[in-house]
Amino acid sequence: LQHYFIQSNLRMLRAFARPFLPIIGGKAASTSAAIQPGTKYGGKTTVTLIPGDGVGPEICESVTTIFKELSVPVEFEVIDLTKYSLKDDGAFNMAITSLKRNGVGLKGVINRSADFRTHNVEFRGNLDTYANVVRCMSFDGIKTHHSGIDLIAIRENTEGEYSCLEHESVPGVVESLKIITREKSLRIAKFAFDYALEHNRSKVTCIHKANIMKLSDGLFKQCCKEVSELYPTIGYDEQIVDNTCQQLVINPQQFDVMVMPNLYGNLVSNLAAGLVGGAGVVPSKSYGTNIAVFEPGARHTWMEMKGMYVANPVAMVLSSAFMLKHLMLHDAGDKLIQAVRQVINSGTCRTIDLGGNANTRDMTRAILDQLHALH
Amino acid sequence: MLMRRISRLLSHPLSRSQHTITLFPGDGIGPQISESVKEIFAAAEVPVTWEEHEVYPILEKNGKTRIPQPAIDSIFKNKIGLKGPMRTAIGKGHVSLNLTIRRTFGLYANVRPAKTVPGVETPYSKEGVDCVIVRENTEGEYSGIEHTVVPGVVQSVKLITRDASRNVAEYAFKYAIDNDRSNVVALHKANIMSMSDGMFLEQCRLVAEKYPQIKYREMYLDSAVLKIVKDPSQFDVMVMPNLYGDILSDLTSGLIGGLGLAPSGNMGSGGIAIYEAVHGTADDLTEHNKGNPTALLMSGLMMLRHLELKSQADLIEKAVLSTLMERKVVTGDIGGRATNPEYTAEICRKIRA
Repeated sequence: LQHYFIQSNLRMLRAFARPFLPIIGGKAASTSAAIQPGTKYGGKTTVTLIPGDGVGPEICESVTTIFKELSVPVEFEVIDLTKYSLKDDGAFNMAITSLKRNGVGLKGVINRSADFRTHNVEFRGNLDTYANVVRCMSFDGIKTHHSGIDLIAIRENTEGEYSCLEHESVPGVVESLKIITREKSLRIAKFAFDYALEHNRSKVTCIHKANIMKLSDGLFKQCCKEVSELYPTIGYDEQIVDNTCQQLVINPQQFDVMVMPNLYGNLVSNLAAGLVGGAGVVPSKSYGTNIAVFEPGARHTWMEMKGMYVANPVAMVLSSAFMLKHLMLHDAGDKLIQAVRQVINSGTCRTIDLGGNANTRDMTRAILDQLHALH
Repeated sequence: MLMRRISRLLSHPLSRSQHTITLFPGDGIGPQISESVKEIFAAAEVPVTWEEHEVYPILEKNGKTRIPQPAIDSIFKNKIGLKGPMRTAIGKGHVSLNLTIRRTFGLYANVRPAKTVPGVETPYSKEGVDCVIVRENTEGEYSGIEHTVVPGVVQSVKLITRDASRNVAEYAFKYAIDNDRSNVVALHKANIMSMSDGMFLEQCRLVAEKYPQIKYREMYLDSAVLKIVKDPSQFDVMVMPNLYGDILSDLTSGLIGGLGLAPSGNMGSGGIAIYEAVHGTADDLTEHNKGNPTALLMSGLMMLRHLELKSQADLIEKAVLSTLMERKVVTGDIGGRATNPEYTAEICRKIRA
């Protein structure tokens, strides 16, 4: 407790010192900006690329094509991790080692291979990428039921309902454990407030179900409240998750930054992704203490369409653009984001999820053409 | 007049006998909207006798909460009940009234239909929503079993049993058949919670085999949520465990215009069925009798259909929907200026016409 008291005082000091940090030249330890921007060899950064299952390889191909044409100084260490290769533990360990070494990764979704723990969950556990950030911003060119949405869903990604601790206590009765810890809840809350500060957002909402799960979500809510007191300039409120889902379909423009435990994060980020255009257009970033992994926001493999090149590569391309920015290649990253948004807003090229019939390669070509036009 | 005589002749012979229904008016706007429902049912000559009872929590010596015995006896006798919104006092040491009622009568399945209401504009009105959520209501994440393992680490237990899963799946398919629905989709997260949601799915599959005329499929919860906000018309009956059902039913209510229009039914063992309004007590609207009785009324219509009083239910529904569509005499929560009695009178007028 004493240790925690000292730590919380240090945090308060750091919070007060934060506005002066650019002048002092220091770095806030837990924000996304402060994580080491990747391993560099001979001017080129090495990034782990895991295409995954389903349409993953196709949308990753879009990324590699774009990077090659633009001569972006990034070299990909491709690790082929699919549902089948994972039968061998070695492949998995290789991926983890590579990610730890490179510090930056671009990843598709790996399908569950019917073993005790899904490998996506293992990844996050091993790498401790505790914060998953999904920013859902409306596109002018995509016709949706709501417009003017710009919300950020920050999801705790290592514990909660995804602890995968289940057992059949008596035949016919299964218990599944949801674990919430003070340490991880404080960590994600601090991440959310730091993120809000860094990106000039004004309010953080804690999403919970503490009226029913009084101890677990109650602990999460309490941690968020404690951290909120260290950030007086950022507004804070709390909302019950079922009300949140209702509000998201009635008036989604009211939301700014949302922080929540694992399962609700999954639901809310998918819901918000659906509101702005679907799984094909929403990118996400996952941060650990010394690692950043970029992947599409709504994690679906779309196995039925594997090999047909109909998937929308925008989510993956936007994720890779955010990766470029993380690697301090802001110029390339910003240009790529601008080009993608222009392609979507103009509506000239649309994949099936957006109501058109272009394929993955057509979309890639359209983005490249726009990039050349911007030069 | 003639239409009413014909509809009465065509209705089921058993429906001409009187049904005794237990009514729990509840708190806040509860008593007022219950009066409205009684008036409207009388105007439609529904063969129903109401048995009203008050419900409030009684904290017993052993720490358990229960409701008054007359209320309990009434439901066990009549089997069918209609319940208004109830207030749960915070911090008084007793469990919520809704949870107490659920446990007392073994209400294992919660049914929440969500259908676009003409006259209530939402971004989803154009394509139309017409889906039903059947939610397991006794276990799952709401088992209430939580403990602090060591300071700073809390564990919450989600319980899934074969029996409860089978019961709710059976009800979902039965509902689908009774209400002419064509498909049932089970929502789950068995990729993460393979044993618990896996067991739920296993039971759904076993029940699906008994009803080959209903199309059955399974969908990941996150996929479903993404799809439903893009195109809700592709969803019909959905069955799922407790927590997912709670969240999703509020989501679907949002798609049609909010909790003020959402009906709900709870099925218990032994044929017990309690229909309720899921909105709050809206204490601020009580003084001027401005509450909206639509949700309670729609729940009452669900009840009438359950009792096979379909013609009366259709008659009332037609009057309600046309009043809402005209938007001339509607309550404040949906943008009008009428009071509850004015809205009720308009519906009764349309029924008698």
